[in-house]
Amino acid sequence: MNTLSYILIIAGGIFYATGGLGLLRMPDLYTRAQAGTKATTLGTMLTLAGVIAARPEWTLKILLIMLFIVATNPVGSSTLIRSAYRSGVKPYGVPVVDELEDLYKKEDEQ
Amino acid sequence: MILQIIFFVLLGLGLVFAAIRLAVGPTAFDRVISLDMINIIITGLLAVIAALKGDAMYLDIALVFAVLAFLETIVFARFMEGKK
Repeated sequence: MNTLSYILIIAGGIFYATGGLGLLRMPDLYTRAQAGTKATTLGTMLTLAGVIAARPEWTLKILLIMLFIVATNPVGSSTLIRSAYRSGVKPYGVPVVDELEDLYKKEDEQ
Repeated sequence: MILQIIFFVLLGLGLVFAAIRLAVGPTAFDRVISLDMINIIITGLLAVIAALKGDAMYLDIALVFAVLAFLETIVFARFMEGKK
């Protein structure tokens, strides 16, 4: 483990901690999901980059893990939030614009 | 050594915050979000353990763990969709 890898993994750890803080403090489900998913995706990228800096011989395998997390983490989050919206979870306060409302109403009528 | 302790403390803070949300979170969706976050943090933790121990086996575990975490989130989302 060299200096660069320590800088990268500690930056990743800071993103993990702030993501957890956002998950705890945000007012409703949608903002919580945004804090919890974006921050941890970036934190994992930085941590895995730190592991690459420490062990360059594992680059290919770690790039595979990175690619997989970048591809799947946002997909999982958006699927979950879509299912929460269709189950009737209300956002915090009064939403300014709700473009999905008409779309899903039409879909349900069919 | 002190740098490793700083990293593990920050990671532990993220895990503790997510676990509190897992315990209190008003809807089931909050719980699934925090579970997803705990899984992603553990994936990063496994990669760091692999680097510290010098054992590439932990990277395979991290990859499988990431796959299972994704499947878990999707299955929960599809299962709970549309239940008022």
